[in-house]
Amino acid sequence: MNKFLILALFVCSTTLWANEWSGNVALEYIQFSKDALSTSQFKQYGSVSVQPEWFHEWDGGKQSFIFVPFSRWDQHDEKRTHLDIRELSWLKVFAESELRVGIRKVFWGVTESQHLVDVINQTDLVESLDGEEKLGQPMINYALIQDWGTLDFFVLPYFRERTFPGIDGRLRTGLVVDTDNPLYESDDEEKHIDYALRWSHSLGDWDIGLSHFNGTSRDPLFIVAIDGGGNLVLRPVYNLMQQTGLDLQATKDAWLWKLEVINRRLQDDNYMAATGGFEYTFYGILESSSDVGLVMEYLYDDRGNSATTPFADDLMLGLRWTINDENDTNVLFGVIADRDDSSRLYSIEASRRIGESWKLNLEARLFKGLNDSANLLYSLRQDDFVKLELAYYF
Amino acid sequence: MKGIALLFSLVAFTGAVLAETPEEKGLAIAVEADKRDQGWSDQATVMKMILRNSQGAESMREIRGKTLEVKGDGDKSLTIFDTPRDIKGTAFLSFTHALKADEQWLYLPALKRVKRISSSNKSGPFMGSEFAYEDISSQEVEKYKYKFIKDGEVNGLAAFIIERYPQYKKSGYTKMVTWLDKKMYQPLKIEFYDRKKSLLKTLTQHGYKQYLNKYWRPARMEMVNHQTGKSTTLLWVSYKFKNGFKSRDFDRNSLKRAR
Repeated sequence: MNKFLILALFVCSTTLWANEWSGNVALEYIQFSKDALSTSQFKQYGSVSVQPEWFHEWDGGKQSFIFVPFSRWDQHDEKRTHLDIRELSWLKVFAESELRVGIRKVFWGVTESQHLVDVINQTDLVESLDGEEKLGQPMINYALIQDWGTLDFFVLPYFRERTFPGIDGRLRTGLVVDTDNPLYESDDEEKHIDYALRWSHSLGDWDIGLSHFNGTSRDPLFIVAIDGGGNLVLRPVYNLMQQTGLDLQATKDAWLWKLEVINRRLQDDNYMAATGGFEYTFYGILESSSDVGLVMEYLYDDRGNSATTPFADDLMLGLRWTINDENDTNVLFGVIADRDDSSRLYSIEASRRIGESWKLNLEARLFKGLNDSANLLYSLRQDDFVKLELAYYF
Repeated sequence: MKGIALLFSLVAFTGAVLAETPEEKGLAIAVEADKRDQGWSDQATVMKMILRNSQGAESMREIRGKTLEVKGDGDKSLTIFDTPRDIKGTAFLSFTHALKADEQWLYLPALKRVKRISSSNKSGPFMGSEFAYEDISSQEVEKYKYKFIKDGEVNGLAAFIIERYPQYKKSGYTKMVTWLDKKMYQPLKIEFYDRKKSLLKTLTQHGYKQYLNKYWRPARMEMVNHQTGKSTTLLWVSYKFKNGFKSRDFDRNSLKRAR
C-alpha cells in the first residue's frame, strides 16, 4: 500500500503536474567605514541567506501553488538572523477573475524614491534600509478583471510586525526597538482583520491605480519604555488607519511621468503625502548600446517637521546606467537631499551577472550632514557602508 | 465562364505588373507576404538564444513566447524568461502598433512589480543580444516604405531583393535589404544599415518548416554584427498554433502570473 502511494506520488510529481524547484543562496559582507556609536556594534558583518522556491501548476495552468521560504543567518545581529515565509499561496484563474489565497507579496505604485501607496506588506527592515524587502502577508485576494480595469479585493486576516535590528546590529535607532512588546490600537492586536480595495487600469499612455486600505498601519510609532532587563527601549505602537491612495504614470516616448498621492487618517492625525517626478532615458548614448536614465522626484508630507518619515520636503536625483550587455550590468546612483537641513543620503546600487548562475550585487550608502538630532535619521550618522553580495541561482 | 473571368483577371494583373514602379512592386510583394501570413490567430513558441562575443565566448537564454494575432493592428505578445536563473520569471508584455508607439510592461518577480516601460528603445539590444527590439517586434506593412531592387537568390533559393525603409520613429536603421523567398514569401536574409548608412548587421534565417499547411517559420536565425564582431543565434525549439489564446491572456494580470 505504502509503495503504491509513493509510486502514485512519484507519477504525479513527474508527469501530471509541472513542478519545479528554483531559488538562490547568497553570501553577504557589509563593511562600515566609521566606528559605531555603541560598543555592542561591529564594523564588519558577514551573513548568508537562502530563498528556495517550489512551484506547482495544474489544471492547464489555471491553478498553481507556490512556496517561497526565506532565511538569513547574520554573524552578529541575532535579530537579523530570521526566517520568513515570503509566499505560500494557491492561485485559481477564472475567465474574468483570479483568486489567490495564502501568504503573498503585493506591490502597488510607480515612483522610485519611496513607496507611499504600497501598504499591503510589512517591511522586512533588517534586510534592507530602503524598505523594498517585504515580509509575506496572509491574505485572500480576489481580482475582478473587466474592460474598465481590474478591481482587487483584499482580506488581510493577520498582521505582521516590522523587523528591526538588534542591539548588535547597525543601521538602527539609538535605543533598540523592543519587538517582543508591540502595542496595538486594536484590541484584536495582530489578529485584527484588515481590508483593502484597489482599482487599476491602463488607458493609452496612462496607467492609473486608486486604492483604499482600512486596518492596522504597517508603519509603527514609538514610545520610550523599559524592558524586562531594565534597559531603555523603543516600544513600537501600531495604530489603525484609513489610507486612500492614487498612483499615476504617463508614458510619453522616453519620458515617464510619475505621481503617488496618499491621504492617511489615524486616530489623532490626518495628513497628505506625495511623491512626484519623472524618469527620462537617453537610449544608446555615444553610439554604444548603453542607456542612461535620469530620475528626479520630489517627496512631500504636509506635516513638515512633525512628519513621522524623514522625507517631508526632499528632492531625489537619480542616474541609472544600463549597459545592455550579456551580463545585465547596471548601476543606479542616487541622492535624496532634505530641503530643510543639509542632510543628504547618497546611494549606489550596482549588479552584474557572472557566468550563467552567479550574480554580484553592490550597494553603498553615505549619510551626510546629519548634524541635527531632530532629524529622524540622526542615529545613522556613523553608518556609511558598502555591502557586497554574491548570489548563486539554481 | 469561370475560365474567362480568370483569364480576364490574369490579363489585368499582368498589365498592372508592367506599369509598376519599383516602389509599387516592393509594396505589392510586402502586401502579399503579409496576406499569406494572416489567420494563424495565435502561437506559442519556445526558443533558445545563444549570445557570442567577439572572442567567441557564449552565453545562453531560454525564452518562451505567446503571441496573439490582432487584425488591423500590431500583435500582442507575452515573453517569459526562464534562464539565466537570476531573471527567471521576468516577463515582458507588448502591444505593438504599426506607426503609433507600442505599449510595453515589464514584470519584475523579485519585487512583484509591474512597470510600464518606454517603447522608445526600438534600436536597443533585446536581452543583451544582437537582436534589437525592432527586429523582434511584429512586422506590419505600414512600418516601412519599400523598393523592389532585382531578383536574386540565397543558397540556390530564388528571392526578391527588396529594400525597406523604416517609417516609425526611433529606428536604428536607414535601410534594410531583404532577400524574400519567392515561394514562401519569407525572408532568407536581411542586411541592416545603420543611421550612418553603413552595413551594421546581417540576419540569415534557416530551416523553414510549414505549419497548418500555410505558415512558414524558420528553425534558426543567425544575426551577425559586422561592426562589433558579436553574433546571436536564435533556435526555435517549438511552434504551436491555435492555442485558443484570448486578449485576457495578454493583460497585466496574466503578466504577473506568467511562468
